[in-house]
Amino acid sequence: MTQDRKFPIGGPILEAKNISLSFGGVNAITDSSFAVLQHEIKAIIGPNGAGKSSMLNCINGIYSPQVGSISFKGKKLQKISPNVIAQMGISRTFQNLALFKRMSVLDNILVGRRLHLDANFLQIAFQLPKARTEERKNREKCEELIDFLEIRGIRDTPVGKLPYGLQKKVELGRALATEAQVLLLDEPMAGMNVEEKREMCRFILKVNDEIGTTMVLIEHDMGVVMDISDSVVVLDYGKIIADGSPDEVRSNQQVIDAYLGVAHD
Amino acid sequence: MTTKASILGYGKTDITNFVIMMVIAFAFVPMVVQTDYWYSSILIPWLCLSLAAIGQQIVMGFAGQLALGAAGFMAAGAFACFNFILRVPDIPFFVALILSGLVAAAFGVLFGLPSLRVRGIYLMVATLASQFFIVWMIDKFGWFKNYDTSGIITAQDIVIFGKPFTSPLEMYLVIVVVVTVLTILAINMARGSTGRNWMAVRDMDIAAESMGISLLRTKLQAFAISAFYCGVAGALFAFTYLKSLEPVAFDIKLSFKILFMVILGGLGTINGAFIGAAFILLFPVLLNSVGNNVFHGAIDATIISSIEQVVFGVLIIVFMIYEPLGMARLWDNIKRRSRKAN
Ligand SMILES: Nc1ncnc2c1ncn2[C@@H]1O[C@H](COP(=O)(O)OP(=O)(O)O)[C@@H](O)[C@H]1O
Ligand SMILES: [Mg+2]
Repeated sequence: MTQDRKFPIGGPILEAKNISLSFGGVNAITDSSFAVLQHEIKAIIGPNGAGKSSMLNCINGIYSPQVGSISFKGKKLQKISPNVIAQMGISRTFQNLALFKRMSVLDNILVGRRLHLDANFLQIAFQLPKARTEERKNREKCEELIDFLEIRGIRDTPVGKLPYGLQKKVELGRALATEAQVLLLDEPMAGMNVEEKREMCRFILKVNDEIGTTMVLIEHDMGVVMDISDSVVVLDYGKIIADGSPDEVRSNQQVIDAYLGVAHD
Repeated sequence: MTTKASILGYGKTDITNFVIMMVIAFAFVPMVVQTDYWYSSILIPWLCLSLAAIGQQIVMGFAGQLALGAAGFMAAGAFACFNFILRVPDIPFFVALILSGLVAAAFGVLFGLPSLRVRGIYLMVATLASQFFIVWMIDKFGWFKNYDTSGIITAQDIVIFGKPFTSPLEMYLVIVVVVTVLTILAINMARGSTGRNWMAVRDMDIAAESMGISLLRTKLQAFAISAFYCGVAGALFAFTYLKSLEPVAFDIKLSFKILFMVILGGLGTINGAFIGAAFILLFPVLLNSVGNNVFHGAIDATIISSIEQVVFGVLIIVFMIYEPLGMARLWDNIKRRSRKAN
């Protein structure tokens, strides 16, 4: 899959430099640096509690690291709230589903397109042409996405009523709807069966292929990681112990000792 | 399946329903209802409080902010309207009404600020402050009451294009126009991205933020718009129902009443505001008439009023636990079932 890419892997788009993050006495991340290249799929792996989710939370502004800096397209992301970071072009999914439970699947995905709408509440209240046109366009985009993800049957169902696997899919849909340049996916396939995982991989690869979205993905299933990622970062106890291509990481002795050799979950 | 033709959810049935409702409101009711009692004591307060309930619905049902203090914003709107009409010569009534809503909206933003820090019951207590502050301010500074010492100020007559609207039917028509317009605007907002942003903040604020929604702006916007609706409702309530301006009319009890309307009517639905308001207003009337007509006054009035409180209390608990979508949802279910039966 590396040959003939419509969006060949480019230079660093996202860089973490010497990040340290602690909660009280717990060091979640210690002096970690890594870069994500434009248009690549980068996997973050490591045992539970290694600091993977914390890393994504630092990138999208939910946490702010005590030490170090993160930059996106050359701009520092210090002390910027998640909504501004979303505006800059980084969106995400969450490990423990963070959907809008009482809203329908379509409405959840529509919220994902928040940044593509700019009519104000008065234009919306009075249904002025601007509000109507942009709403129509966005709905069309969402319908396309619903077809792409093959979830037309649940389009109007409140998300809270869906089984876990489908909720994960809707959350991916909401993230895709943002059309962000970088997507942070926190265990998008957790709890899924082989079939469902294969489907999710297909969606992720297709989006990466066709529109060049850069993905940072946390995943436990080594098969999946080796299959879809261009590079892999390995975290252990908050430290980066390896960073490279899937093959390099797989054969790294430190990784085998610390992680692959040890049964997890 | 819903098709793409029903953009914003306005389908044929929505439009039919709207036309039917307009015919009822502007033709059927004025033709059939001839007694002033029905206008002054039922329709007028119902519509005014429904409007306030839409305000409460916006901040609580849609944006998920447990705010309590609708009556405070109503007081702000009522006294603002009184002062605009008093101090601005020849100000058109509808202009005064909109400005009153804006004054209330400004208070809404101010007292919505705690929502950026606290939530749930703490926010409820914090927003209660608005209730006390606004009423205190009106009492404290004589200017707001035009230095009236009697405590009760008579509201000015509503005059539109030189024509006074003073009979119950005329006032009812003024209110129906305002309520219709504001309800349509509220539905448009609720169905559009404004409402989706509110609901996203309500359901999962951290995810909403990650999708690019500013919590600060969205919450304060909900507080402002909510207070606007309450302010306009308060002005109408004072000018058409109370026909006077007295801060005590906007006490904490009224705030609770509006809160209950929204809970019983159904959180997060515009219909629910109207259904809840009707229930809270009509149930005591019904209970009284049952007491008088069935038991011929054998049941003491205090017992009837305690029955009322108990029923409200039980219903609120039942709805909170079993049907957060309230009576609006029950109504939908009945409609769906009857459609199936046909
Ligand atoms: N909000 C928080 N408050 C306190 N401790 C936290 C918080 N978030 C993460 N941690 C701690 O940081 C460490 C890393 O957690 P996390 O990033 O969730 O790991 P992973 O995603 O790799 O399983 C854990 O020890 C966890 O308990
Ligand atoms: Mg995690």
